[in-house]
Amino acid sequence: MWAYTLRRLLALIPTLVFASLIVFATVRMIPGDVIDMMLSQNDTSAGQKDREQLEQALGLDQPVYIQYFRWLGGVARGDFGHSLWQNTPVLDQILARLPITFELGLLAIIIGLVIAVPIGVLSALRQDTTGDYLMRSLSILMLAVPSFWVGTMVMVFPSIWWGWAPALVYVPFTQDPLANLGHMLTPALILGMSLSAITMRMMRTMMLEVLRQDYIRTAWAKGLNERTIVVRHALRNALIPVITLIGIQAPLVIGGAVIIEQIFVIPGMGLLLLDAVGQRDYPVIAGVFLVVGVAVMLINLIVDLSYGLFDPKVRYR
Amino acid sequence: MHSPVLEVKNLAVEFGSGAGRVRAVDDVSFDVRPGETLAIVGESGSGKSVTALSLLRLVPTPPGRICAGEILFHGEDLLKASEASIRSIRGNRIAMIFQEPMSSLNPALTVGLQIAEPLQLHGKLTWAKAFERARELLGKVRIPDAARRVNAHPHQFSGGMRQRAMIAMALACKPNLIIADEPTTALDVTVQAQILSLLKNLTKETNAALILITHDLGVVARYADRVCVMYAGRVVESGSAQDIYANPQHPYTLGLMASIPRLDQEAGQRLTPIDGQPPDLAALPKGCAFEPRCRFAMARCRRERPALESQGGRHYRACFADVSC
Ligand SMILES: Nc1ncnc2c1ncn2[C@@H]1O[C@H](COP(=O)(O)OP(=O)(O)OP(=O)(O)O)[C@@H](O)[C@H]1O
Ligand code: SF4
Ligand SMILES: [Mg+2]
Repeated sequence: MWAYTLRRLLALIPTLVFASLIVFATVRMIPGDVIDMMLSQNDTSAGQKDREQLEQALGLDQPVYIQYFRWLGGVARGDFGHSLWQNTPVLDQILARLPITFELGLLAIIIGLVIAVPIGVLSALRQDTTGDYLMRSLSILMLAVPSFWVGTMVMVFPSIWWGWAPALVYVPFTQDPLANLGHMLTPALILGMSLSAITMRMMRTMMLEVLRQDYIRTAWAKGLNERTIVVRHALRNALIPVITLIGIQAPLVIGGAVIIEQIFVIPGMGLLLLDAVGQRDYPVIAGVFLVVGVAVMLINLIVDLSYGLFDPKVRYR
Repeated sequence: MHSPVLEVKNLAVEFGSGAGRVRAVDDVSFDVRPGETLAIVGESGSGKSVTALSLLRLVPTPPGRICAGEILFHGEDLLKASEASIRSIRGNRIAMIFQEPMSSLNPALTVGLQIAEPLQLHGKLTWAKAFERARELLGKVRIPDAARRVNAHPHQFSGGMRQRAMIAMALACKPNLIIADEPTTALDVTVQAQILSLLKNLTKETNAALILITHDLGVVARYADRVCVMYAGRVVESGSAQDIYANPQHPYTLGLMASIPRLDQEAGQRLTPIDGQPPDLAALPKGCAFEPRCRFAMARCRRERPALESQGGRHYRACFADVSC
């Protein structure tokens, strides 16, 4: 299994190089120029000379491909460059915010599973009953309603109706875990609900599939009751493909976090990215994308490794 | 003579509804006594598996539905039993072995756990004791190195070993009746004989009754005491193995006999012994279902459906013609 893991990790490198190339190129295609923005902020009468000086100072006078190789070389040494605006190392900024987004994403995935698994199972067991239809309609609804809309509604209406609004002051987990969770819970719930829609349908389909298998008939023939059959014999087998889904959903979680962090003022990667895009802070944007890419690939690796826990047939070679 | 362990009377099972409704099992009656082996034979689609499943009320509902009959187990009608009491019989007093050893064991659980399960459930053993018993049972069905194999998963077993494990599971609670639905069809020939002998010997030890469903008349000759021949969901002939082999009285049985594999044939192949198509359950003729394929058919066969009648003793057949030659 270690050899397998190592091989998978090595295989990430070419993918990442390729991804970084695309990221680096597209970031420069965002309309608007950082130099213009910096100059217009300080001095409206800035001349051509100032512009050239600034470009040189920031290393933006070089051809783009040289900039890319410089940057890539830096990344290989663990140096993601400096923010164009704050002059702080990009990596420090990212590392400060990564745990926050990680917490949000993890909470969302857990909430998603906690909602989806029982409902999916129940829906399968009571196939084609009113309850099943209700739960399936609910899942379509959750899929169709964008989380930014739900987020905005949650911000606006409770405060109008009950004078209650979700907390918007971020408190680090290490400082006050309860206040932190209180702040994170609403956004995580919104993200988790949108994730649970697909998971729920997948869970239902897989459960129906598993319940038709011969070994379930064997379990009935032994005299087991429905609960034992579902929990002991069906659930494990039905969960295997659902676990895969978590890996596939990882980019969705991160995409959702970008928006939700903005609404709930959570200083995570999403907010960092939005600010950086707004300021055309190229190294930060590229760094965030790269880290997100690595994270998605690692999550998928972990998911693949976790199959072994559920499916005894899996051998890592 | 002992009273029957199981007595089935006029069982009928339907699938589907409305225009697509078919009667997969129609007016089937038979009984088995302790220590006896009853073989149910018939070609594919004749309703053997559905009959077997209905005995434990395992017919998938919907689309299936047991619509008539009685299934008397030691005199108690299982069709009227509560859900809880049928569960306490399943795997405990009546056990079932299925055709597909590859898919009948749960891939996610160890073989030992799956054998221990009925013991823990019905035998009220602790899990530790049940596992201990599972190990003994694996030895009993001659799985080498049982102590280690008890912790293996089904995919580490060959087809034959899985079917042995299924037998161990079925025998765990010393049932009074074992239903084996084509237990060896999916296995190769040498393994088939081993598995059937094992099953036969182990049931003899506990004096359990065995219902053995099969396509293979060679198997019937070697292992069965009594035989039920099914055609299109009905029993067309039943009697002792002796009756059926020495004195077959139904044209369909005669056809089956003529098709017993010879030595030069590839063993284990599924035979379509008799000319003509197997019947379409959705469009059965009004009279005898075998009429389109029958050598002895006459005008009456098209109008009337023959009832199962005694030929003397416990030898029954459903046919109008005189087939003795
Ligand atoms: N799940 C089901 N849904 C609908 N019809 C079914 C179902 N199971 C069985 N049937 C009907 O019952 C008939 C008899 O099926 P059964 O499985 O009992 O045949 P069999 O004698 O066991 O055949 P085989 O030798 O192929 O196992 C089938 O032809 C089919 O019409
Ligand atoms: S009743 Fe008639 S058609 Fe049916 S088996 Fe006998 S002879 Fe053949
Ligand atoms: Mg069958």
